Amino acid sequence: MRSVAIIGIGKTAFGAFPDRDLRSLAVGSIHHALTDANVSASAVEAFYLGNFAGPSFVGQNHLAPYIGTAAGFEGIPCTRFEDACASSGSAFFHAWQSVAAGVYDMVVAAGVEKMTSQSTPRVTEILAGAGDMSGEGRAGATFPALFAMIARRHMHQYGTTREQLAAVSVKNHANGAKNPQAHMRKVITLEQALAGKPIAEPLTVYDCSLISDGAAAVVIVPAAQAQRYTSRSVRVLSVAQTSDYVALDCKQDITLFPAVKSAGEKAYAAAGVGPQEIQVAELHDCFTIAEMVASEDLGFVPKGEGGPWAAAGCSAITGRLPINTSGGLKSKGHPVGATGVGQICDIVMQLRGDAGERQVARHQVGLAQNLGGSGATCVVTILRAA
Amino acid sequence: MMGSFESRDGTVYTETIVHSPPEQYAADAPYQLAIIDTDAGARVTVRVLGKERHELARIGDRVSFVEERNGVAYYRKI
Repeated sequence: MRSVAIIGIGKTAFGAFPDRDLRSLAVGSIHHALTDANVSASAVEAFYLGNFAGPSFVGQNHLAPYIGTAAGFEGIPCTRFEDACASSGSAFFHAWQSVAAGVYDMVVAAGVEKMTSQSTPRVTEILAGAGDMSGEGRAGATFPALFAMIARRHMHQYGTTREQLAAVSVKNHANGAKNPQAHMRKVITLEQALAGKPIAEPLTVYDCSLISDGAAAVVIVPAAQAQRYTSRSVRVLSVAQTSDYVALDCKQDITLFPAVKSAGEKAYAAAGVGPQEIQVAELHDCFTIAEMVASEDLGFVPKGEGGPWAAAGCSAITGRLPINTSGGLKSKGHPVGATGVGQICDIVMQLRGDAGERQVARHQVGLAQNLGGSGATCVVTILRAA
Repeated sequence: MMGSFESRDGTVYTETIVHSPPEQYAADAPYQLAIIDTDAGARVTVRVLGKERHELARIGDRVSFVEERNGVAYYRKI
């Protein structure tokens, strides 16, 4: 396998953009990435697109060539990947494999979602389709409900508190307020977070990620060729994708995600680094409890101690391991198909030292964790500054 | 799911009260959803009937099977 490098990143802002359609968002992010990499669309040999529910959200199928031709790709393979909220993490994993295996020398991996043209109840219903619709979905389980049940169990087993969950939200909003590309640039207080409107108890609106539009893209090449294009490349040390049951009630212990744990272990082994060497991370905080559980499953903190750890400020920008300096899905926004590649773009910005007032002090090695459903797909990517 | 009503009774493993429902269940909200471990050894996602606080089930509470409608199992706190 060849070592792979990211030579260009491109992101639209995440938010509600009534005047932008799905294709223009995706093409915008791809053009940013190509410009950043100093390459033209005609040099790209394959296009891997992550998208969760374009057909349901905007009524468009066959998205990869629909977007690829508009981006200027010329007759190359264009394929869409769907793994719920890990759709573009999955697209990136397969793009990375194709370059690492020597199949292609230049590939674009991107993700896009256009969600805000639908009502919240309709979005809730479409997102529920990432669960098991024959069981939990039919019983009325929304995604907030599934993660609320995880939170309840985590509180029961480990003594995790509402205040600790809210601390994750307060931290991510503080970070997102400093991110010019974030959806909700608003600082919130612990009191506000605790008094939020209930969505699925014990989770309030301040525990839930946003419904957003947005797109993100990266250009990858063999690391040995990166210098031809840019001096600002970032090395992909490893990418691991894993899977597990879609239904939450198939799991033995819902306070941990075996797919996250195994993706982390595989990624650490392949990269030759351990959790203690990660200096900055983007974790999939679709809900506050999800960031807490991921910090445990990835070995940043012992099982059950994610709550006190977050409340003590260990994951703040100035903490021991800054998590979600972008604002996370909570404040930056969560256009679900764009999230995985978006997280990778955010880590690349940190490793390049381009994160402005959100820049972390130590930025040699970073990790991105993208989760699909209630833990059925996980993609973990470890990156190193070149 | 097969078996007698008794074996469908169970213990609450986790639960939530849903305030923001999907479109198709808008009329039901708020409603309680629970994952229960049945006495027959199955772990399933069910609805717990009742709107009053004292009717709601918490982790560890016993629940009894009431009925199945449209593929959804409804339970009541014992």
